[in-house]
Amino acid sequence: MKIRIKFAKYGAMKFIGHLDMMRYFQKAVRRADIDIRYSEGFSPHQIMSFAAPLGVGIESYGEYMDIEVLSMTSAEDMLQALNRVMVEGVEILSVTVMPDNVKNAMASVAAASYRIRRKEPDERTAVAGSGAGGMQGDAAGGFAIAGLDEKLREFYAQEHIPYTKETKKSVLELDLKPGIYELAAEPDGTVRMLVNASSSGNIKPLAVMERFLAFAGEDIAGEDCQVTRLETYADMAKDGEEHRFVPLADVGQCR
Amino acid sequence: MRKLALSDEILMRVEKPARYIGNEVNSVVKDKERVAIRFAMCFPDVYEIGMSHLGIQILYSMFNAWEDVWCERVYSPWVDLDRIMRERNIPLFALESQEPVRDMDFLGITIQYEMCYTNILQVLDLAQIPLMAAERGEDVPIVIGGGPCAYNPEPIANFFDLFYIGEGETQYRALLDCYLENRARGGTRRDFLRSAAKLSGIYVPQFYEELYYEDGRIGGRRKLYEDIPDRITKELVRDVTEVHYPLKPVVPFIKVTQDRVVLEIQRGCIRGCRFCQAGQLYRPVRERDADRLKEYAAAMLENTGHEEISLSSLSSSDYTQLNELLEFLIEDCSKKHVNISLPSLRIDAFSLDVMSKVQDVKKSSLTFAPEAGSQRLRDVINKGLTEEVILKGAALAFEGGWTRVKLYFMLGLPTETEEDIRGIGDLSNKIAATFYDTVPKDKRVNGRVQIVTSTSFFIPKPFTPFQWAAMCTSKEFLDKAYLTKKGIMEQLNQKSIKYNWHEADVSVLEGVFARGDRRVAKVILEAYRRGCLFDSWSEYFHNDIWLACFEDCGLDIGFYTTRKRAEDEIFPWDFIDCGVTKEFLLREWKKAQAGSVSPNCKEQCQGCGASRFGVGICHERRAEG
Repeated sequence: MKIRIKFAKYGAMKFIGHLDMMRYFQKAVRRADIDIRYSEGFSPHQIMSFAAPLGVGIESYGEYMDIEVLSMTSAEDMLQALNRVMVEGVEILSVTVMPDNVKNAMASVAAASYRIRRKEPDERTAVAGSGAGGMQGDAAGGFAIAGLDEKLREFYAQEHIPYTKETKKSVLELDLKPGIYELAAEPDGTVRMLVNASSSGNIKPLAVMERFLAFAGEDIAGEDCQVTRLETYADMAKDGEEHRFVPLADVGQCR
Repeated sequence: MRKLALSDEILMRVEKPARYIGNEVNSVVKDKERVAIRFAMCFPDVYEIGMSHLGIQILYSMFNAWEDVWCERVYSPWVDLDRIMRERNIPLFALESQEPVRDMDFLGITIQYEMCYTNILQVLDLAQIPLMAAERGEDVPIVIGGGPCAYNPEPIANFFDLFYIGEGETQYRALLDCYLENRARGGTRRDFLRSAAKLSGIYVPQFYEELYYEDGRIGGRRKLYEDIPDRITKELVRDVTEVHYPLKPVVPFIKVTQDRVVLEIQRGCIRGCRFCQAGQLYRPVRERDADRLKEYAAAMLENTGHEEISLSSLSSSDYTQLNELLEFLIEDCSKKHVNISLPSLRIDAFSLDVMSKVQDVKKSSLTFAPEAGSQRLRDVINKGLTEEVILKGAALAFEGGWTRVKLYFMLGLPTETEEDIRGIGDLSNKIAATFYDTVPKDKRVNGRVQIVTSTSFFIPKPFTPFQWAAMCTSKEFLDKAYLTKKGIMEQLNQKSIKYNWHEADVSVLEGVFARGDRRVAKVILEAYRRGCLFDSWSEYFHNDIWLACFEDCGLDIGFYTTRKRAEDEIFPWDFIDCGVTKEFLLREWKKAQAGSVSPNCKEQCQGCGASRFGVGICHERRAEG
C-alpha cells in the first residue's frame, strides 16, 4: 500500500539537512511501529522517498514523503502514531492512502509555494513550536517596502529576469521568469510566490527574492530573509491547459 | 518560548548547525523552576564523538531520572564556531535549555583520552569560567572531572574543583545531596568542597600538594586538612545487572561515530594484558545478566528506532552468556530488520559462524590484535594470542569466504628488539600465505587477500605493569616504523599487505600527560593560550607549539617519557586506589621482564587486589571451587 505523508518542519528543525531528515524518518517509522515494506537483498532498506529536498534554513508546512506499508489500521491511526514519536518542529499534517498507480511524490513535484519575510536583526529561532497557533510561522516580519505590491508587479512584468548561478564548476546565466508562476505581496508586507520546483526547472525562492530586492533598490541581504515553503504541488494539467497545480496530498482524488 | 543560543546568521554560517541546536529524540527538557540542581555534562570533543559515548548516556539518563536534577549536554564547539563565540563573546551553552553553562550548578567533564586536555580549557574558557579552580568564585559551576584519565588527574588537577574516581553510577546522588545540604546551610563553595572531599571516590585536588625531590621526582604529598583521606578509592558498581541503564538514549539527527544501540554486556576484563590500562582499572569482571540484556535490547530499539545494535565490553568473547545472547539477537533483529554490529570477537568456529550470519562476508574484515610480532614479546606483554591460533583462525575464515584481514601491533614495547619488529612482517606474510594455501585459485573471490597491518606506538599508562617502563623518543618510534615497513616490503606476499602507522609526536605528548604530575598543567595552559586545540585531530595538532611550551615552561619531556622508573618511585597517581595493588603490578612488571606469562582471572587468581570489592569473577570462582 502506498502512503503519502505530509509534514511540517519548522523552528530549530529548519537547520536539519535533507539527508538527516531522511535518517530521522527512518528511525521515526520504527519507533511508531509502522509496518513499512523493506527492499529485498542483503541489506534491506525501507521503501521511502521524499518529494522535494528542502534547503537548510528553510521552514516548511508542505513537505511530503511516500512510504509503502504491508499493513495498517487507518490513516488516522498512522498519523497519530507518527505524531507521538516526533520531535518539536516536525509535525505530521496528513496521511493519505494513495491509489497504486499514482506517480511517486518525487517524480510528481512540479511547483511549490513560499512565503518570505524579513528576519529581525540577530534573530534567533525558537526551539519550541507553539502548537497549532504557531503553525504558519511567525507572521511578523513584513518588508516595510513602500508600494511593495506595485513593485512586485513591475518586477514580474519584465520579459526576462536574468540570474547568474555560480556553482563550483561553472557560471550559468539563467532566466527565472518562466519558472515564476505567481508573485504577490501579502497584506502583512511579506512576499508570496509560486515557482517551479520540478527536478528539471527548480527555482530557488531566495534567488527570486534577491533579484527583486536589487530591482527595488532595497539594501536587504538574502540571509536576512526567512523562506517558508507553504505547499508542494503536482501539475495535473490536461490537454489544452497550461498548468493545474494540485497539492501532492490531493492528486489521488484528481483524475 | 525557548530560543536558540545562536542567531540564524551564525547557524547558517557554521558547519553542521545540528551540533548546537539540541532537540534530539529522547533529549530531556525540564522546567528549570522545578529542579534544584542543574548539571551540564560535557564531553570535550566535537558533538559526533561525544554523542557516541555510552558513559555520558548512562549518567544523563540516571541524573534526569531524579526529579530534582536537570542534566544537559555540552560538547566542544568546532573550530568555526569557537572563533565566532570568542569574537562576539557568546557564552558556551547547554544544548537542551540553550542557556549558559556558567549559570548551572555543576559542569561535569568526562576525560576519555589525554589529547583532549586543551579542549577542557576551551570549554571552561568559552563558558566564561576561570580556568584555575583556585580562582573561581561563588557564582560559577563546580567543575567535576571523571572517566579513565581521572585516574591520573594531576596534570589537569588545577583546572578541576573535584574529581570523581571510578564508575559514575554509585556516588553522584550522595555528592549532589551534599551540595544541596551545603546550600541549605548557606555554605560557601569551599565549604561544599570540604564536605565533598570526605565522600568516598571524591578527590579535591586543591586540598593536596605534591612535594618534589631536587631531581624532580615526587617525594610525597601533603594534605591541607587532617580530616580528608590520604588515599582515594575508586567507586565500583557492585551489581551491574540492577544498576541504572539508559533505555532511552538520545538519538542524534546527524551521523555520529556510534550511531546505534549499545548494549554493555560486562565491565572489566579477565585478560591482564600488561600494556592495557582499562584491563586493570575496571577490575573485577562483572557480567550483566543475559535475560536483562535481551529486555534492554528490545526496549532500546523501540525507544530509539536505531537500525543497528552493538555489544560493548573489553573482551566480548569472554562473556559467558555470549552464545545465548547472540542467538537471541540474531533471531529477534532479523525480524525487525536490525543489523548487529559485532565487537572484535576472538576468531574461532563459533564467532565465524555468528559473523557469517550478520555480516556480508565479502565486505567485512577479520580483526586480529597480536600487538607484538613475536611469541617472545607477546609473552612479555601477556597477550595470550599465539601464531598457531591466529593462522588457524585465518584459515577457517578464508574457507568461509573472508578475504580481508586487519592486524594491530604496537611498536616500542618494553624489551622489543629488531627481531620482534621483523616478526610483524613475517606474521602478516604467513597470513597471506595461508590464504593462498587454503583457497584454490578458482575460488578466490576478490583475486587476492587484503591484509592491513597497523602499528601504534606503545605509551606506558598508570596502573599497568608497564607504568615503570621507559617510552621511546619520537625518532626511535619512526625508526621502528621504518623497520616495520622495510620488513613488510621484503615479504613474498608484500603486494597483499598494506601498512599504516600512527603519528609519533602526538604519542610522545600523550605519554607525558599519561604519567605527568601537577607541574605539567602549566604547559597545557600555555599551549592552549598559544592556540592548541583539538590536539587529537591531526590537522589541528601543532607539535612545534607544544615543544616550545615545554621549553619555555622549563619542563623536560624525557623526564616523563624516556626515563625508566625505579621500583620504589612514588608516582603522581599513587594516592589513588584503583583496586589492583602496586605490589601486584610490580610483580607483573618483573614477570614481564623475565618473559613469563600470567594466567587470566578465569584460570587462576593472581591476587591483584580487586577481590576485596567482594563481587565479580573473583568470588564466582571461589563459589565453584
